[in-house]
Formats: sequence, C-alpha cells, structure tokens
Amino acid sequence: MGTDRRNFLARAAAGAGALALSACKGPSETTWFPKVLDSAEVLTKKVQRLFAGSTTLAPEFTKADISPFFKANGTLNPGTTDYNAAVANNFQDWKISVGGLVEHPLKLSLAELRALPSRSQITRHDCVEGWSCIGEWTGAPLKNILALAVPRANARYVVFYCADPMSGDPTDPQYYYESLDLIEACHPQTILAYDMNGEALSVPHGAPVRLRCERQLGYKHANNVQRLELAESFDHINGGNGGYWEDNGYTWWAGI
Amino acid sequence: MTSQDSAAGLKSSSVAGIEDKARGAWRGWQERRRTRLSNRQMFYRHTVSVRVLHWINAICLAIMFMSGLQIFNAHPALYWGRYSDFDHPALWLTSEQDPQGHLRGITQIGTTRFDTTGWLGASSADGQMAERGFPSWATLPGPQWLAMGRLWHFFFAWIFVINGFLFVVYAIWSRHFQRDLLPKMSDLRHLGRDIVDHIRLRFPKGEAAKHYNVLQKIAYFSVVFILGPLIVLTGLTMSPTMDSVFPFLLWIFGGRQSARTIHFICAFSFLGFFIIHIVMVILAGPWNEIRSMITGRYAIAPEEPPHGN
Ligand code: HEM
Repeated sequence: MGTDRRNFLARAAAGAGALALSACKGPSETTWFPKVLDSAEVLTKKVQRLFAGSTTLAPEFTKADISPFFKANGTLNPGTTDYNAAVANNFQDWKISVGGLVEHPLKLSLAELRALPSRSQITRHDCVEGWSCIGEWTGAPLKNILALAVPRANARYVVFYCADPMSGDPTDPQYYYESLDLIEACHPQTILAYDMNGEALSVPHGAPVRLRCERQLGYKHANNVQRLELAESFDHINGGNGGYWEDNGYTWWAGI
Repeated sequence: MTSQDSAAGLKSSSVAGIEDKARGAWRGWQERRRTRLSNRQMFYRHTVSVRVLHWINAICLAIMFMSGLQIFNAHPALYWGRYSDFDHPALWLTSEQDPQGHLRGITQIGTTRFDTTGWLGASSADGQMAERGFPSWATLPGPQWLAMGRLWHFFFAWIFVINGFLFVVYAIWSRHFQRDLLPKMSDLRHLGRDIVDHIRLRFPKGEAAKHYNVLQKIAYFSVVFILGPLIVLTGLTMSPTMDSVFPFLLWIFGGRQSARTIHFICAFSFLGFFIIHIVMVILAGPWNEIRSMITGRYAIAPEEPPHGN
C-alpha cells in the first residue's frame, strides 16, 4: 500500500462526498443501489472459495522475477511518537499480542517471532489500483502462532491492528486495521513477515512486521502489525466492515 | 397599413405555394411507401430469446466498459509482463505543467508522447482542469471513485457471464449457431465479393437479406467465441485467488500485467465492434434493424428493386 494510493483514495473519498452533497443523485449515491451491487461480493466470495478452498497456493516466482523497484504503498511512515521511538530503538521492545477468543493470550517479541519456524516465498503483490510488484517475504506462518494461542470454537476472524494512523483527529486517530477469516488466516502462505528480499522489513514496507496473505489484494496485507484479535464477528469493530478500506467502501472479500 | 396588407398577401400566397409543394411531396412519398410496403416481405428474424439476451448484453457492455475506465483511472498505466515496470509503461495517461502553469494531458504509448489535453491525462470536470486518465464523462461513476467502479464492474461481470453463457447454450441448442453464425466453406468463397459489396455499401436484398453475410458471420462469431471468452479469462487472471486455482492462466497471458493490458485491448475491441455495428445498422436502415431486434420482424426489400438510378 502507499502514499500514492493514500492520496488517491483520500481524493476519491472527498470527490464522492462532494458528489453525495450535490442535488443530482446518480444510483451510486443512493443508499440502496450500492447494496444491490454489493450483493455480488457474496457470490464472488462463495464461488472463488469453492474453487480455491483452503489449500491452493498463490504462484511463487524465482529470484530473477523480483521487481527491481517495489512500490511502497499505504503509510510510508506511521510517524507517531511511539512508532518513532520504536524505530530509534530498533524495535527491541515491539510486541505482537494475540488475544480475543483464544485460550492462551500471548505476547511475542520480534526475537520470539523470528525463533518460530519460518517460510520464505517470492510472490506477487497486487494493489487494488491495478499494479503489481514481486518480492521475497520471510516470516512465521500465522497458523503456527494461532495454534500457540488456541482459538476458541466460536472464533471466526483474525483482526489485525496496526500502528499507522490513517484519518480523523490527530490526537485520537483511526488506525489501520484489517481482518481475515480462519481459512485465509491458516493458509500455508499467510505469514507475519519480518524480512523482505532478504533484509529486515523497512519502514515504508511496514516494519517491523506485516501480514502477507497471498491470495488477496494489497489492502489486506496490514503493515506495522501490533495486535491480533480473534473474533466471532467484526460488526462491533470500528466501522463494522472488517477493515479500514472496507469501512471506506471497498469489499471485505479481496480475492479479485 | 397598406404595406402591411401587401406583406400579409405576399406571405399567404407564398405559404400556399409551399403547402402545395409539401402536399405533393407527401403524397409522392406515401405512394412510394405503399409500393415499397406492398413489395416488401416481413420476415421473423430474431427469436424472443435472442432479443432479450442481446439487450441485456448491450447494457452490460456499456456498464462494464465505463466502470472499467473508472478502475483504470486509479492507476492509469499499462505494462507488459509479470509485474509493473514503472519506468517502462506500455501506455500511460499522465499530465504535466506547461511553462505557463497550465495542466497538459499527456498520453504516452511506448516512449512516444502525445498532447491529449482535455481528453486523456487531464480533462475538465465541473469546469476545472484536473489530472485524470479518461475524462469523467466516460467513466462510471463520473467522479474518481475506485471502490464504486469495482462494485459496478463485478456485479455486471456476473450478469455478462451468465447472459453470455445462456446465449451460447441457446444458440447451439436452437441451431442458430450452426445455421446463422458459423462461417461455412461456401461463405468463405464469397469473402472477396462480400468485402467489395461492403466497401460499395451495397446491402443484400431478397433471399440473401435473410442470412448474415460472411463478414457479419466472422464479426459475430469472433466477438462471441473469441473476444468474449478472452475478456473474461484475462479478467479472471487479474484475480489473485483465481491465479492460485488456475496458475496456467498467467502462463497463457504472460503474467498479470500482460493480462491487464490484453483485457484493456479487448475492451477497446468491443468498443470498435460496437461502433462498426452501429454504423452498419444506420447504413442498412436503422428503423428496420432496430425494429427487428425489438419485435423480431424485419422487412426485406424485393430482389429486383424497381429503382431508376
Ligand atoms: C467476467 C468478466 C470480467 C471480469 C472478471 C473483469 C475483471 C476486471 C478486473 C479484475 C479489472 C481490474 C484490473 C485492475 O486491477 O486494474 C478490470 C478492469 C477493466 N475491465 Fe474488466 N472484467 C470483465 C469484463 C469486462 C468487459 C466486458 C469490459 C468491457 C467491455 C471490461 C473492461 C474493463 C476495463 C476497460 C478495465 C480497466 C483497464 C484494465 O485494467 O484493463 N471488463 N476488469
């Protein structure tokens, strides 16, 4: 994700807002018509899941295919006081907590995360805007971390809370967040990545830890992950749509 | 007073003359229309299924094209290959400031740049020149709004695919495909003559007008059986989930970014087909053609038209 897209989406949202205020309303500005269009998301998700199930792997590439320049998108630098302090101290005290509907809530330091079994994969990142970049990611499969925490039977989603402030009052901003269901969260290529192209993840690419979920579009790949919450539904979380961009009109299912 | 009277007299006599002429022309036109109608033959050309599927398809294509342009505008550049080589786009709609500080729209194809201000790269919306790939009158919705464009695109993608599938099943089952759409060897032998007839804008009459000519068959056949499947498959190749199911799609199209470029070319081929289709309808007699796609009935001019010129 990147500033480009941030700016673009901010402009898009402003444009949409201005339009909604104008007297002449097209079907896109009504409340009911987008709901009709949105009904296709359910069908798309069901059919794609029917084909993809829980096991099909996203294509993996060779080192020769790696993009010479990988566009950084989303928040290039979260820039909050806490985050700047974490950068200064080389993320020594960065913790990733796992809570919510789990039997054993955990807190992992980066060293502990790196000590877990790891997976490396050279995969393609597809931004919702249309461009793609290929990079190599190394991280801990999320499935193993969830296994340590032991999700309760009623847990259906993993919600990822991030350190990058997106919008709203600067003193109390809306932070980026995302969610996956357990099928996508336990997919073999879903990892909490800490290395990119063989080096520690840089700040523009989501340091110190970001999500990779290779069968989904870029906005699902949450950066600067701090906290995981297992939940039965995301109705009560922020805008209730399961993610920052989802609360801004994008579909929760990001398989196409 | 007098001058006014005479002016009025002049006016009324010339009006009467014009009226006479008009009446004469109207009568002559009606006369010719009657002979034409009595000579022509009505023919049931399109079944109700074909007509319904045709209009649903037309609506889907318009919506998918315009919402596709909205999606394109989110990153108005195309690339060839597996990933985006940002320094070497195949096509890029961008903008720059000229020395006077005005925004210029630039279209870059390969390494060649064209000034396309007002159309591509920069165009005005609400009287304000702004940076945007395709102009807002061409996109759905009009303002820059990727999330909404995607909702339109993927909703109508389902209708387009289901409708197209029903058409193919119906066409084969009813033998419309074998009879009317599939170019036959005998058709191909007429190819040269058909091309010449088309260039001279001579449209078939009598029995021949009941069937699609070979150029029509080739056009319809390739749109339904080549362009349609190609745009659906390249659309699916852009889906990271579908790539995990059918990785060979990436191999066929040479990578996701190539698939996106081919998708774009297919969309403009549909536009090209649409334009030729409309021009042909107009040249062949728009009322007759449109009526035949609404009511099913098509009038055929007699084999040897009694015309003098
Ligand atoms: C099942 C059918 C289709 C599917 C699944 C599909 C899918 C897609 C997808 C995923 C994109 C986004 C590309 C990106 O990320 O930038 C896209 C873009 C686009 N689509 Fe489609 N599409 C379909 C049919 C059509 C049709 C019928 C048309 C027009 C006649 C069309 C025109 C476009 C255009 C112009 C774009 C933007 C340019 C590009 O990225 O190629 N699509 N489509």
